Amino acid sequence: MPKRLDIKKILVIGSGPIVIGQAAEFDYAGTQACQALKEEGYEVILVNSNPATIMTDTTMADKVFIEPLTVPFVSRIIRQERPDGLLATLGGQTGLNLAVELSESGILEECGVELLGTTLASIQQAEDRELFRGLMNELNEPVPESEIIRSLEEAKAFTAEIGYPVIIRPAFTLGGTGGGIASNEEELDEIVASGLHASPVHQVLLEKSIAGFKEIEYEVMRDSNDTSIVVCNMENIDPVGIHTGDSIVVAPSQTLSDRDYQLLRNASLKIIRALKIEGGCNVQLALDPDSSDYYIIEVNPRVSRSSALASKATGYPIAKIAAKIAVGYTLDEIKNPVTGSTYASFEPALDYIVTKIPRWPFDKFEGANRKLGTQMKATGEVMAIGRNLEESLLKAVRSLETKCYHLELEQPKQSREELIPALTDADDERIYHVAQAIRIGMTVQEIWELTKIDLFFLEKIKGIIDLEQNMRNNVGDLELLKAAKEKGFSDVWLAKAWNMTEKEIYTLRTNEGIRPVYKMVDTCAAEFESETPYYYGTYADENESNLTERESVLVLGSGPIRIGQGIEFDYATVHTVWAIKEAGYEAIIINNNPETVSTDFSTSDKLYFEPLTVEDVMHVIDQEKPKGVIVQFGGQTAINLAEALHDRGVAILGTSLDSMDRAEDRDRFEQAMQSLNIPQPEGATAFSVKEAQVIAERIGYPVLVRPSYVLGGRAMEIVYKEKELLQYMENAVRVNPEHPVLIDRYLEGKEVEVDAISDGKDVFIPGIMEHIERAGVHSGDSIAVYPPQRLTPEQKEKIIDRTISMAKGLGIIGLLNIQFVLHKDEVYVLEVNPRSSRTVPFLSKITGIPMANLATKVILGTPLSDMGYSTGYAPEKEEVFVKVPVFSFAKLRRVDTYLSPEMKSTGEVMGRDTTLQKALYKGLVASGMKIPTYGTVLFTVADKDKPEALRLMKRFYEIGYTIMATEGTANYLKEQQIPVTVVHKIGSKERNLLDVIRQGEAQFVVNTLTKGKVPARDGFRIRRESSENGVVCLTSLDTAEALLGVLESLTFTARQMPAFEKDRALV
Amino acid sequence: MKRNLVLEDGTVFSGTGFGSEEEKGGEVVFNTGMTGYQEILSDPSYCGQIVTLTYPLIGNYGVNRQDFESISPAVHGLIVNEACSLPSHYQSLGTMDELLKAKNIPGLQGIDTRKLTRLIRKHGTLKGKLVAGDADINAVVEELKSSPLRTDQVKTVSTKTPYHLPNTGKRVVVLDYGAKSGILRELSRRNCDVVVVPHNTTASEILLLNPDGILLSNGPGDPKDVPEALPMIKTILEENIPLFGICLGHQLFALAHGANTEKLKFGHRGSNHPVKDLATGKITMTAQNHGYTVRTESLAGTELELTHVAVNDGTAEGLGHKTKPAFSVQYHPEASPGPMDANPLFEKFMNMMETAKEKGNQLCLNA
Repeated sequence: MPKRLDIKKILVIGSGPIVIGQAAEFDYAGTQACQALKEEGYEVILVNSNPATIMTDTTMADKVFIEPLTVPFVSRIIRQERPDGLLATLGGQTGLNLAVELSESGILEECGVELLGTTLASIQQAEDRELFRGLMNELNEPVPESEIIRSLEEAKAFTAEIGYPVIIRPAFTLGGTGGGIASNEEELDEIVASGLHASPVHQVLLEKSIAGFKEIEYEVMRDSNDTSIVVCNMENIDPVGIHTGDSIVVAPSQTLSDRDYQLLRNASLKIIRALKIEGGCNVQLALDPDSSDYYIIEVNPRVSRSSALASKATGYPIAKIAAKIAVGYTLDEIKNPVTGSTYASFEPALDYIVTKIPRWPFDKFEGANRKLGTQMKATGEVMAIGRNLEESLLKAVRSLETKCYHLELEQPKQSREELIPALTDADDERIYHVAQAIRIGMTVQEIWELTKIDLFFLEKIKGIIDLEQNMRNNVGDLELLKAAKEKGFSDVWLAKAWNMTEKEIYTLRTNEGIRPVYKMVDTCAAEFESETPYYYGTYADENESNLTERESVLVLGSGPIRIGQGIEFDYATVHTVWAIKEAGYEAIIINNNPETVSTDFSTSDKLYFEPLTVEDVMHVIDQEKPKGVIVQFGGQTAINLAEALHDRGVAILGTSLDSMDRAEDRDRFEQAMQSLNIPQPEGATAFSVKEAQVIAERIGYPVLVRPSYVLGGRAMEIVYKEKELLQYMENAVRVNPEHPVLIDRYLEGKEVEVDAISDGKDVFIPGIMEHIERAGVHSGDSIAVYPPQRLTPEQKEKIIDRTISMAKGLGIIGLLNIQFVLHKDEVYVLEVNPRSSRTVPFLSKITGIPMANLATKVILGTPLSDMGYSTGYAPEKEEVFVKVPVFSFAKLRRVDTYLSPEMKSTGEVMGRDTTLQKALYKGLVASGMKIPTYGTVLFTVADKDKPEALRLMKRFYEIGYTIMATEGTANYLKEQQIPVTVVHKIGSKERNLLDVIRQGEAQFVVNTLTKGKVPARDGFRIRRESSENGVVCLTSLDTAEALLGVLESLTFTARQMPAFEKDRALV
Repeated sequence: MKRNLVLEDGTVFSGTGFGSEEEKGGEVVFNTGMTGYQEILSDPSYCGQIVTLTYPLIGNYGVNRQDFESISPAVHGLIVNEACSLPSHYQSLGTMDELLKAKNIPGLQGIDTRKLTRLIRKHGTLKGKLVAGDADINAVVEELKSSPLRTDQVKTVSTKTPYHLPNTGKRVVVLDYGAKSGILRELSRRNCDVVVVPHNTTASEILLLNPDGILLSNGPGDPKDVPEALPMIKTILEENIPLFGICLGHQLFALAHGANTEKLKFGHRGSNHPVKDLATGKITMTAQNHGYTVRTESLAGTELELTHVAVNDGTAEGLGHKTKPAFSVQYHPEASPGPMDANPLFEKFMNMMETAKEKGNQLCLNA
């Protein structure tokens, strides 16, 4: 069927903020969908709360709304815009859940909006456990014995019947929030309680554990004509038991025979047909390694993280095709955009191996529970492509940027005794432990028994270890060197093994002609001619990447999404690519993140899907010989490569390496600030513990300590005493031995952030943002407000002047980001980042100034003045915009949730309205906070914060909130004539704080940090308990006050009428 | 051990040998299936050809007892990027190397198979030979240039004598032009009482078996090399016996009705070929393995109509007889390897036989 003509206007729902389980893949999906619909001539209305995305660019849709993804706000847009259709299957679980809610609310019917693509009934049949199981029984498709339970008692009855272990899966949650595997009653209690809470319908599925089965996924598509195809199948190296988002995955499947493959393919297609999916769908299956028994684990009736991976792994753009199916096309009518000659109704054939490895945030959260299970914990992922499994796996390992360039940890476990538990209970490092176990002589059979990882993979890893040994025994053997490169070994590892420098290895082998060629990802294993500019490197004969006549510019992407380096950097990367194209150059990108828009082959002129290491980047540079490399949009990943590239004679475009170093090197920066006469908090660099003590003593506590060259405030802390300092030095130095520790005076005050573009002559400032939380909370975790609401004109003037003089003084060409603190009427500079920042998409969108584009043009040589910009601050907008951070604490057990200099948020949302309170309300609601106008607020604050907290409690009381506090605080309140409900401390036999939180009796918890990161502390338990029970816990009084301001603006007052002033009359 | 693939255009691919050490030559073709190497290897339709598998890791799940499509593979060589020496699968009984040694098939690994595939795509199927690393290349090229393509493949792989697979259902006579076991399996699954007969069996010999239906099997090479089949097909149809042609059988069905066939540049070989049913508009994913095709234009004026086409290149994929109970497909409804989406065609054949029988009975009653 051709496209539908009865619909003209389509509303697309995005997936909201980046959280664990729902990341950049939906920006990719949404962007593709919007482009596909616009291509077909539809009017596209987009709503998403996430400003950091490409999809929310005004060029992506005809109208873009950055509004909270809730029924009231989206209903408003529907009433206003009156779309004919709604496309919700590309916005992840968020989009899908919202579509269900909108439909149930009646608004779709009221406004005559048709849900496009897969129908609501189908969605519910796939998502609702009971309906789904019913359907599977009808289809005679096996599902593990399971039961839907609504209480702990029911759970116990089930386990009494089928025994342990059981898997717990809450209904309607993303990334398996609140789920897990229970092997005993104690674990059952805990996980079922959190699962029931996490499920919006208060249901969890208890399922017989089939841990150890092969976990296989099929990405399938279906159109209205019932044509159903498999785009890709994937095999998890980690067997069933670990969430697929936390598993190492290869595509296509490696250990399935054709019979196995077809068995599972048939099951997947049968299901997608029965569900009448119109679009993309993901089917997860478990296959017994010892028979042809299989089970259906789960079906996602929408585009998912796996479909983004499958799209990048095959070249088949699932989201784009799904959008076209939603408007009526059938697969055989849609051209395969990769070949341009064949059609979308075929199944891609791969002639390479793809490996995906998740990127976990445990390098930031040292205290976190790293054990992997059914609840996803990874924030992002990397993908690598190779012509053999080893190459693919090792390329993926070094793409992770965890300082591992090989299957080898910096400090590997040395004994069987240490390794055995690490192999049995998988954590994020298991693959390294497997390699290490082989190194110390454990057999693959033994490892198989402990891990159930298929022998095929274990043998491949053993092959890597054997080759390692061979390399060590034969230093200088060029045949072996070639063999090692073919198997994906990195120069870094080889250099270590042969006791040479990385550069020496590189020179040695390239002189011998040992260098990779580039092969095309073409969906068809070379059967048809393709022109997709999508390449991967491998050691083979024929190079397929041809040079063009045009001069090219290389852009380095930002790698996997992690805390501190999120989708914002992909946004900037994509914009710089577009700007390079506009400027007439060929834009080439290297990146390894399969979730992103930047790795969509249609974004750049040429995409190299490669690790971002010196070696891999140099190979591309040798191949392409670009005019230069742009590093300032790829976050710290790209910046970190600048020096090595410069050393190898590569031109770094924009801000020079020397200027970057001046901004990032502590001492040089200090000198620069002194010469520019810009004050900064007193501080110094310590190279030893002793030195640190002396410095801190001199500048006075509290001090801010951190290692140099860090990302997202990693390992940054405020310490108040020498003892804390010593404790910190132990850890920080261990974390980062190559770099010294920075010690600064901690200045309490208002924090302000500025992004600016400089061409060396003019410095243009698109916006200034003021943080709600005072300095000390990482800027990425603070609520940012534009335009600033509480700055005096003088302060603003100072900020502007200093920004301009710093940009010029540091020799910035391109973007820079500065953080200031306002302390006692002085404007101190905290740090300067000579690169694109997290706030670039937010500021670009609200000001309408295409910052990344302008910066790229500047870098390529066009002065700001030629583009109509001059030195100074852009006129401020009338409305108020806030950027609110979003955290994923519910998924990260044992992580402390308090706000600190170390960044913890995974994503952000935007709130926009005419007043600060209205904007904040929207921002907070969009971030997932429920804001009831009455209720209870529980205060547990440190002594030093009590006076300030008292003012807040008073105001909470005045708007009708019940104040709850422990005895100490309660007495203090009573003295102030504020009624208070007393709760018992933790540990008390009576109903205590934790019970109040668990039972949801408090809507908000305000908890400030006493001190110490030791999990046993009460504060930690309060914060964790809140997070696990979905209670809003505010750890900064500034955030609490902002929320209070919102509440006050929402509530009416209730005051008695004034008494007659008769007393005075009598006087 | 070094081994080379030498092509008739002089191109040499140097890699490592595995399997048999015998030097064999043939047409070099590629298959894009990602699984099913054992079935491909043992498919008689590859008789005399050297098959390159585009998927780079082959042999991962070993070799098992059940995935043979014939007892003695007729393929002349197998080329892969990497042959797995340590396979893992509960059904695995050995490695590719062991199988190829046992069946006397030379293998070559460690070459850039994508480069070879692209070469074939650009230049069309080429003749080639797997030779030892020290063989005289020029001599091999000369030999390849001067040797014509084989014409005797069907004769080579077809059964020499008829054999019976007794069962309780419909009697189906399978003309064995190189039939895959998968076809026999599908018939047996439907309780068909199968008689497999040699390629040159005549219509009268077949009729003596009182068949309910005739199946023209797949097979290697150019259909025009099997002229003996054409009069048989015509006679059978005159008897109103249901007929089902698969692959080579489909091409012979067309030739028998006066249509024509031609060689494709590099053929269709893989598990991902979409085929459109012209009557319903439905798309089916099919397994294919053919180097020749029925020319669509040549169907004009015949008693055949085009029922299915390839979505990718529009070539003929299925034919139906306008008046008789007979049809054919270019692809493999028995799959093995590949998607089973076209499997219902066997059902169609069964129904056809059922209908014909009912009609036959009625005719008897009326008489």
